[in-house]
Amino acid sequence: MKDFEYFSAGSLQEACSLAYEYKDVGKILAGGQSLITLLRQKLISPTCLIDIKGLKELDYIDFDQNAGLRIGALTTHRAIEKSPLIQEKYSVLSEMEKSVASVQTRNWGTIGGNLCSADPIGDPAPCLIALGAKLKLVNAKGERVVPMEEFFVDYFTTVIEPDEILAEIQLPLPASNTGVEYMKFSTIEAGIKIVSTSVAIAVMPGTDVCDEAKIIMSAVAPIPLVANKAAQMLKDKKLTDDLIVEAANMAASETDPTSDVHASAEYRQQLVKVIVKRAIRQAFEKAKKA
Amino acid sequence: MDSTKKVIKLKVNGEAYEVAIKPRMTLLQLLRNELGLTGTKQACMDNSCGACTVIVDKMAVKSCSILALQVNGKEITSVEGLASKEGTLSPLQESFLEHSAFQCGFCTPGKLMSSTAMLEEMPDPTEEDVRRDMEGNLCRCTGYVQYLEAIMDVVRKRKEAAK
Repeated sequence: MKDFEYFSAGSLQEACSLAYEYKDVGKILAGGQSLITLLRQKLISPTCLIDIKGLKELDYIDFDQNAGLRIGALTTHRAIEKSPLIQEKYSVLSEMEKSVASVQTRNWGTIGGNLCSADPIGDPAPCLIALGAKLKLVNAKGERVVPMEEFFVDYFTTVIEPDEILAEIQLPLPASNTGVEYMKFSTIEAGIKIVSTSVAIAVMPGTDVCDEAKIIMSAVAPIPLVANKAAQMLKDKKLTDDLIVEAANMAASETDPTSDVHASAEYRQQLVKVIVKRAIRQAFEKAKKA
Repeated sequence: MDSTKKVIKLKVNGEAYEVAIKPRMTLLQLLRNELGLTGTKQACMDNSCGACTVIVDKMAVKSCSILALQVNGKEITSVEGLASKEGTLSPLQESFLEHSAFQCGFCTPGKLMSSTAMLEEMPDPTEEDVRRDMEGNLCRCTGYVQYLEAIMDVVRKRKEAAK
């Protein structure tokens, strides 16, 4: 690891001014569960780190009957997994968090850090997109809110500007008649996922007809991949088994996976067909009961 | 003093320390190289294997992936802090011995720290809970069954003692 200058921000305001001052050479450090490895492997070598992990003002889980859920960017994965509120109202989020890396990483790693590291193998992003999340980004001058579908640009790249800090994840109220399912395939529980998917299905009340569908996959493209064509196939249709299989195959055709030590591209594409099919079925069953 | 160094205060196994360190130093390097606590092991160095697990403020964490500066003011327990000062082993340490829950032993400090934190957090974990919560500790000798039995034995004994 190369040497760097280190600042521990005492407030979000201070963090923003540091981020502005060092925007050309600095990196924001939250839990560092991705960043420290990147520094050690010299994949990045910033000359300055701005540590925001200690900012209590960005560590919260708040629910409002009208506005929905707000999660501070420095909330740990473990806190989201264990939150009774999230387990009750957004159970898929808690289920997904159980699968994020290992307990030790979830204890220290933050949801905001995970999203900003923008590794396409990450599970939280697809799940949050399925739940309709928006992200609040702040800088010294103000703030803006970005829908999560528009946040990711490329491998390890987001729309976040060098002087901006992700402050909050905002989720709408759980939609009625909607089921959301997270599903993954990995060879080791705490290991890298070969693929994972989050699927949201809304049904017309009392029918088997799909009102709205969202299918998002990890590890099959440079960014969390929203399978728009597959989702479009389901919309306004009665969800038969045949249609679900067709949509899952379409989702696989929308992917652009790479081969690596964990799996070949072909294998990943084949797995997408299977887990997306299963996830649509599960989300559909949940939606009918919701 | 080197001007690039920063001073942090922390408690490790109940003892207070004040050390001047370079920002790039990890908690693992601090424990092993500065404080001489070599029970915590260095292995994968990419947040995968769990051999470097220690407890920070009651949570198991991987010390290879945390900057030492980030634990300024915190309480840390490493494997050296599990036994009493007189040398009485903790119930988990005893149980690991009893069940021969290791082959080469390199992953054992990490496993002890993860299971210690888990049993502090969960009063009565099921075997499934234990399997899930220990998923971040790999063993190259694949000695997984023995330490699972060792942990479950402590859970059982603790329950009986509470009756």
